Amino acid sequence: MGKIEWAMWANEQALASGLILLTGGIVGVAGQFRNWQFAAYGIAAGIFICLLEYPRGCKAKGNGVQRPGQYCLTVCVKAFGPLTRNYYIRALLHAALCVPGAFILCTVLGCVCLAIASIIYLLAAVRGEQWLPILPRAEPREKPGESIKEPPQNPPPRPPAEMRRKRAEDMEGAAYTNPMPVMPNEY
Amino acid sequence: MGNWIINHGLSAFILTVWMGINIFLFVYYYQLYNTQESFFYTRHILSSALPWARAPAAVLNFNCMLILLPVCRNLLSLIRGSFMCCGRSLRKPLDKNITFHKCVAYMIALMTAVHTIAHLLNLEWFNNSRDGEYDILSTTLSALGDSANETFLNPIRSTTTTPTYVAFTTIAGLTGVIITLALILIITSSMEVIRRSYFEVFWYTHHLFIVFFAGLVFHGAGRIVRHLETTDPPHNTSFCKDQPLNWGNIPECPIPQFEGGFPQTWMWVLGPMILYICERVLRFIRYMQPVMYRKIVMRPSSVLELQLVKNGFKMEVGQYVFLNCPEVSQLEWHPFTLTSAPEEDFFSVHIRSMGDWTGNLINMLEKLPEGSQGPKMAVDGPFGTASEDVFDYEVSMLIGCGIGVTPFASILKSIWYKFKESNPKLRTRKIYFYWLCRETHAFEWFADLLQVLEKEMTEREMRHFLTYNLYLTGWDSSHAAHVMVHFDKDTDVITGLKQKTHYGRPNWDKEFEQICNENPSSTVGTFLCGPENLAKELERKCVEYSDVDPRKTRFYFNKENF
Repeated sequence: MGKIEWAMWANEQALASGLILLTGGIVGVAGQFRNWQFAAYGIAAGIFICLLEYPRGCKAKGNGVQRPGQYCLTVCVKAFGPLTRNYYIRALLHAALCVPGAFILCTVLGCVCLAIASIIYLLAAVRGEQWLPILPRAEPREKPGESIKEPPQNPPPRPPAEMRRKRAEDMEGAAYTNPMPVMPNEY
Repeated sequence: MGNWIINHGLSAFILTVWMGINIFLFVYYYQLYNTQESFFYTRHILSSALPWARAPAAVLNFNCMLILLPVCRNLLSLIRGSFMCCGRSLRKPLDKNITFHKCVAYMIALMTAVHTIAHLLNLEWFNNSRDGEYDILSTTLSALGDSANETFLNPIRSTTTTPTYVAFTTIAGLTGVIITLALILIITSSMEVIRRSYFEVFWYTHHLFIVFFAGLVFHGAGRIVRHLETTDPPHNTSFCKDQPLNWGNIPECPIPQFEGGFPQTWMWVLGPMILYICERVLRFIRYMQPVMYRKIVMRPSSVLELQLVKNGFKMEVGQYVFLNCPEVSQLEWHPFTLTSAPEEDFFSVHIRSMGDWTGNLINMLEKLPEGSQGPKMAVDGPFGTASEDVFDYEVSMLIGCGIGVTPFASILKSIWYKFKESNPKLRTRKIYFYWLCRETHAFEWFADLLQVLEKEMTEREMRHFLTYNLYLTGWDSSHAAHVMVHFDKDTDVITGLKQKTHYGRPNWDKEFEQICNENPSSTVGTFLCGPENLAKELERKCVEYSDVDPRKTRFYFNKENF
């Protein structure tokens, strides 16, 4: 177990917050709650957070588990460069996004979750982590060498002579025996 | 199919029963709150959000009761022990405890979502109703409790408040928010990625369950879901609902009185909470019990063998223990398969250097002077189902893949001990052991063990008791050249065993045929500890090579979950 990468947890937490904010927003708008405009904001913010957080970042070691079908979003999120790479910015962004959620009850839960995610991101940023995209590594495909077209130059590996299997003592027995007696040709 | 029922039947049955109870509770409480007369006025304000809140609450009670039980490993051990008489298929579902824990957790998450959404609607509608936005009946009902001799129905007692303020100032609201947050944190930190890579985060966050249960017990204490109290003279809802302005003025309609429901959650969760506390106390006692080092052996390729002795420790084959070494980490408990046989007067584990914990432990023990005691070690266990079925077959075919070979260390040793002592419990006459491995150097210690067995068997001239075949599935041309050079040697170049290592995967048809020929009228138990694909293939082969004639060779397939 190596060093803890807090950003991984922050990412899970932020994605969950996005979903909770979205759900709360839908409830608020569908139920036409008082000040439902904040709920509408919750829907927008929830979708935005989900899109931003869906592509999981790379671990420090360079390996990472992708979420199903995240490749497209990875490319999009990567396009923003330092804005999405830096976790300080992400922590600030989430802290700012969560504020309007506190005004009506149905988005409060999403708001608090997002605030927690923001704190975890801040911790990750302080510890020097940053978002790196998981991209399929372009494997340099090795072309078969020219020699494949030519016959091998060297014999296959064989044990040294003294180690080789001993031949059968009687050469007659070791030789190929015909299933039928073969007569010398009389012609 | 028959095999599936034997192996998974009970688990599937338990899941079905659990789901059945969930559905029953949901439907029952939904109907109850949707039709009960005393909730007529409550429903008038809240409509169907009332049953939608109460039905998940009932399911939550049930699942919060269950969630702690599968993680009480000592309790499970106890149950397992008391089922000793009744076959292994009864005990087997106990090994799937974590899967069940997860199922229950998913149900809790789902029901929490429904419950929370329903209560969001409830609070909003209570508030609107209090502000007089609905019909006259709702407004009248909400205003009840403002003057003396009245009891309230609507928990929102002010016309100038907001649902948010109410949620954070009532017991139910505040505890609800706190325990939902605790639940969300627990769930996000138990995702596969976090749990596998950063176990500490998962482990410590999971202890928010203390907050969760504390909040849960008090969640219902506010009694804010209220229903009509039976009064004398009775308040007839169907007659009075149309004339709320006459309440208290005509004898048929006295002012309705309301009372809150009795909080039930604590009754559901109290038992499991006590059991869990006992469990933790027991773990602490186990932690304090002294454990003696009998021997510390460094095996090749950084594998450490610890032979430990502890008073009152009784194990069976195929079980595992949890180890805690306070000098490495105070709180971490790590599971290890036991590699000693029950017949031995100690128990042993083989620890391979894999991560921080094992690496630190091995470093520490390597520095110790010869023959001295190691650092304090705490042992919890043993746990897991014993795989004693192996002893019930005349011929056993054991197949281990990679790390899946560890439980067989214990089994092979135990069979050998039983065989030597002519133990009547042992019916086995012959064992075929297959070990499929990508690279053997990680498990050289196991080859050592086989070597010892081989030597002893040769001494007693019982070499035919154990036939083993090693298959190296990952090899390259340098390997092959090496083997060719040493072709004439008596022992294998990799393992040093008399039996030569095979390269590639076994040809199962050939192996099964050979076993059939060598044991013309036996029952053969096939035991696999390995991946699912191989299990399917072997299961098919077992059926294929079993003769219908009961006097001929028959194969029984067992997939072990070690």
